Amino acid sequence: MRDMLKLFLSVVVFSAVSGGLLGGLKGATQERIEYQQLVNVKGPAIREILEGASNDPLTDRFKIKDGEVERNFFMGVFDGKPNTVVVESSGKGYGGNIGVVVALNLESDQIVGVSLTTHSETPGLGARAKTDPSFVRQFKGLPVKEPPKVKAEGGKVDAISGATTTSRGVCGAVGEALEIYGRLKGEIVQKAKTIKKA
Amino acid sequence: MAKTLGQEFTKGLWAEVPPYRLVLGLCPTLAMTTGVDNGLGMGLAVTFVLICSNMLISLLRKVIPKDVRIACFIIVIATFVIVVELMMQAYAYALFEQMGIFIPLIVVNCILLGRAEAFASKNGVVASCADGLGMGIGFTISLVILASIREVLGNGTFYKIPLFGPTFEPFAFMVTAPGAFVCLGLMLCVMNLLGKK
Repeated sequence: MRDMLKLFLSVVVFSAVSGGLLGGLKGATQERIEYQQLVNVKGPAIREILEGASNDPLTDRFKIKDGEVERNFFMGVFDGKPNTVVVESSGKGYGGNIGVVVALNLESDQIVGVSLTTHSETPGLGARAKTDPSFVRQFKGLPVKEPPKVKAEGGKVDAISGATTTSRGVCGAVGEALEIYGRLKGEIVQKAKTIKKA
Repeated sequence: MAKTLGQEFTKGLWAEVPPYRLVLGLCPTLAMTTGVDNGLGMGLAVTFVLICSNMLISLLRKVIPKDVRIACFIIVIATFVIVVELMMQAYAYALFEQMGIFIPLIVVNCILLGRAEAFASKNGVVASCADGLGMGIGFTISLVILASIREVLGNGTFYKIPLFGPTFEPFAFMVTAPGAFVCLGLMLCVMNLLGKK
């Protein structure tokens, strides 16, 4: 019995020390990793949905406090007016969280574009949500008032065949982005005024 | 039969070079040698984990109870692998994206557990460090050689630098998975011929 306890304790101590150290390291590298993801994953996605903007949306970014969390927003300047904001959010997919960026027009309250950032969906099935542009194109022009839904749930979005869970996850993520936008629009408009009209 | 430190180091480079002599760690050897940059990154990541885990396991070899030693080794190895993963994500993101799942898979790489069990748990810290360094460098060189053959023939480039003119027709078979097996088989054959005296 004493032996068993010793074995048990040694594994527990090993795991605890390892877990503690890794927790610390994760905290220390988090900011740097976020920056890398911003440049490498979100950057191209944001530039893609804000195609034709006269500024660099990655430079014109700001944070707004939303309750407990701080959220990132990116501004796109079109025709000399900073009128398009990019909101980040995520939804539950088949293989974990799906991160999306949603560009919204502040004047017409319409979706300008949607793009996927980080995801771990099945290659060839769910991953087509990112690789096949015809899926995310469906969100273009939808009004911000109603959250998008797949057709099976009475919405307008055609789900990717074989990847209904992924399609629902993307709809959920876009819906969340719209919610954030609705909640913080006042502050976004205020911040947009400070952006230089390059 | 005590070996000198130098021998502990050099055995990993030739006599016991992991993929070709011990035939260990074949999963990354096959998968991560489509390009020299992949192979080099993988080799260095494994080398780092190997040295660190060898040293720590050697230090703790009197503390680790015999019955749960494998579990403890795996915890040590997994810890260092996550360190590599986080650092790579923070400072070499492009490489991190390319290597993807193969970074966490270093945990189950037989070379690491093999060296921990066969060497580090029975030898001193300095010898274990030399063993880890030798094995790691041997593994890295093996990967780079295999990756060079595959990248040069299959893609016409070396470390992403084009070698031949635009008229070069790449032998694309070499960068596919079956190509990896054929290449590895030929390398093993060459190694066996060279070793036969």
